[in-house]
Amino acid sequence: MSEPVSPLMNARYEGLVTIEEIGPMGMITLRGDLAATDLRRAATAPTGVEMPQMREASTADGKGILWMSPDEVLVLCAYADVPGTVQSMTDALVGTHALVANVSDARAVFRLTGANVREVLAKLSPADLSPEGLPLGEVKRTRMAQVPAAFWLESEEEATVICFRSVADYVMGLLKTAAHPASAVGFF
Amino acid sequence: MLTLLCPCCGVQADETELAPGGEAHLKRYGPGSTDDDFEGYLFMRENPRGVHFERWRHANGCGKWFLAARDTVTLEVYGTYSAQTTEPPEHIKEAITAKHPGWSWREFA
Ligand SMILES: [Zn+2]
Repeated sequence: MSEPVSPLMNARYEGLVTIEEIGPMGMITLRGDLAATDLRRAATAPTGVEMPQMREASTADGKGILWMSPDEVLVLCAYADVPGTVQSMTDALVGTHALVANVSDARAVFRLTGANVREVLAKLSPADLSPEGLPLGEVKRTRMAQVPAAFWLESEEEATVICFRSVADYVMGLLKTAAHPASAVGFF
Repeated sequence: MLTLLCPCCGVQADETELAPGGEAHLKRYGPGSTDDDFEGYLFMRENPRGVHFERWRHANGCGKWFLAARDTVTLEVYGTYSAQTTEPPEHIKEAITAKHPGWSWREFA
């Protein structure tokens, strides 16, 4: 079988922040009633993390659950674990009105590290990137320039960005421009 | 800059993260309705200078529809509320009345 690859072959750039295209990463969309016991169990059992509150990123050890909307979460896991996880989630939801879909190959993932992660993201999104506007561990679904994106901060020096795979090159270009070493603003 | 608080996810969304959905509180007239009602449903829209009720979708966000009451002149937002309502909630009406005593919009006042 051919090897799965990420869209930019793990491209890397060093500027105001270090940008790494990571992945492939396992991403499973789960939609339904987020308060339903079956659904919460389906999400938490394979990930070992708590069910996220509104807008929360609940992550640990490379696995996690991201709150995406009032009826949608994104389950994160290792790429190789996706088929088994989809199967176990589907089995856990028999009889429950819900959707489980593997979207791993539809997305690209970037990791930003460095002291200027808030500033680099703020240059590209209309969202409030201040510590009050985007606390650590809160998922922000927004746009970056002209494409939809989602990101969250694990710490003040580390952020993860998810976008559609088809615009991975565009988003890498945006991030590189915003992280150009001569473009520091020092707002945050 | 227009920002609206999405009542579905609690985000203060920028206009560029939202998709406009036209007028709120339209009543659908379908097959079997009179020609006048059907024409009104399809084509007749308010175009006020002042208080207005609109549908918006948090497109670059949680993806949900919601309703907003705002002023088309000042861009003041009186409030946003669930799309699953057939008329503006009382607290929205009160917020409008505080600024525009005697306001009316279609059958609401
Ligand atoms: Zn929203």
